[in-house]
Amino acid sequence: MLWITCPRCGRRPVEEFGFGGELRGVPERMTDPAERDVDYAWMYDNVHGITSERWFHRAGCRRWLTLSRDTVTDTITG
Amino acid sequence: MNEFVERQLTLQWHEPKKSYDVVIIGGGGHGLATAYYLAARHGIKNVAVLEAGYIGSGNSGRNTTIIRANYGIPEAIRFYQHSLDLYQTLEDELSCWVMYSTKGIIWLAHTETQMRAERARCLLNVACGAETVMVTPQEAKELCPQLDLSGGGRYPVMGASYHPAAATARHDRVVWAYAQGAMRHGVHVLQHRTVTGLLRDGVRVSGVETSAGPISAGVVLSAVGGNVSTIAAHADVRLPIRTHPLQAFVTNAHEQGFGPILSDTELLCYVSQSARGEMVIGAEYDPQPSYSLRSSFNFLQSCASKVTHLLPFLRDLRILRQWAGICDISADFSPIMGATGVDGFLVTTGWGTWGFKAIPAGGEQMAELIATGRTPELVERFGLDRFAADRAMADQGSAGTH
Repeated sequence: MLWITCPRCGRRPVEEFGFGGELRGVPERMTDPAERDVDYAWMYDNVHGITSERWFHRAGCRRWLTLSRDTVTDTITG
Repeated sequence: MNEFVERQLTLQWHEPKKSYDVVIIGGGGHGLATAYYLAARHGIKNVAVLEAGYIGSGNSGRNTTIIRANYGIPEAIRFYQHSLDLYQTLEDELSCWVMYSTKGIIWLAHTETQMRAERARCLLNVACGAETVMVTPQEAKELCPQLDLSGGGRYPVMGASYHPAAATARHDRVVWAYAQGAMRHGVHVLQHRTVTGLLRDGVRVSGVETSAGPISAGVVLSAVGGNVSTIAAHADVRLPIRTHPLQAFVTNAHEQGFGPILSDTELLCYVSQSARGEMVIGAEYDPQPSYSLRSSFNFLQSCASKVTHLLPFLRDLRILRQWAGICDISADFSPIMGATGVDGFLVTTGWGTWGFKAIPAGGEQMAELIATGRTPELVERFGLDRFAADRAMADQGSAGTH
């Protein structure tokens, strides 16, 4: 993966972006420590294939974007 | 496995059976070492090691071969010191030359914050049995005359910690030595056997599904590097692991004379010289998780820029090869060894960025766990259950990669 198309800045080299992690939902039991969600706290999907994730265009428009990426080939798929 | 290697070693290949006492997924250092110790120390010889490619073709053949024990938490220091001790006698144990070479490692600090980290490292290392001392910039220069103490005017060296027992060994030879040792005891090593699933007997794991049919097993151990989440998912086990590429490169051969290993957590790079004279240079892992083995120019540029500030002579060398390995990195940057909560299924993982130095101890401890059914004291804090119990083993910053 060498290029990311930013909706605001266009096609830019990957070095301009910061990786923000896999896109995750909000856990249902977030507030009760007794029923803390171990899976949400520690475990990762570590997807082998296409995954949705957040990237931050730190050397560009400084906004967040959501991308889908194929982790097997390390290419942006959408 | 090439013809030269076949002539140098006595590797006995076997026809696969339908059933084994223990099936180990992954024919790298950890898998083969576990098989060796199972057979040699515990008499458990009905063992198969399944390898998707050829032995040592994964991360065991892609790392930068540094062996050291100067970690940041007591449990890790004791574990890696034990592994270093085993490495020092490995050639006798396996009757095989692995090119073990003691070099010492200099860990540079450029800021007061890193100086504190290195001082703390020294205190803790000594307390836990791994010799590490602070050295002044001048002493670092005496150990490594090629070092530019001004860091190219940009990264001046304030001091360093020095761990004299650090070493390197030839990665392929370590893998072959364990393979040969295991095979001599009757272990079956099956190459080009991809595991495509796990056999289940109720909730229990009772074997593996492979590209050439099923194999049943009393115990299945995943010793894979890079695809552990996929393997564990077959047993409905979730892991706190993300898989990141880690890149490295070597230069053309340079005259021998770069004595120690140089490492730098602030710049995230490390350098050593191979027996062939090549300078082996590595850096931090790629920020985004990926299973791709593609290397990038971006990495090469940033890493070369950093190391040439510290070692100006590298500017005159050419880059020969660049490669990537895929590292399973755990949430707390410590390995995960032992039970998974699913009967019959064990893991040894989280070795991203420090698996090579852990091969002897990791294999020995996993073999004892399988043979006795009890987790040995040395690794009991490295279980997967530590996350649910809020006993994370935070050890980030103990490597030149993070």
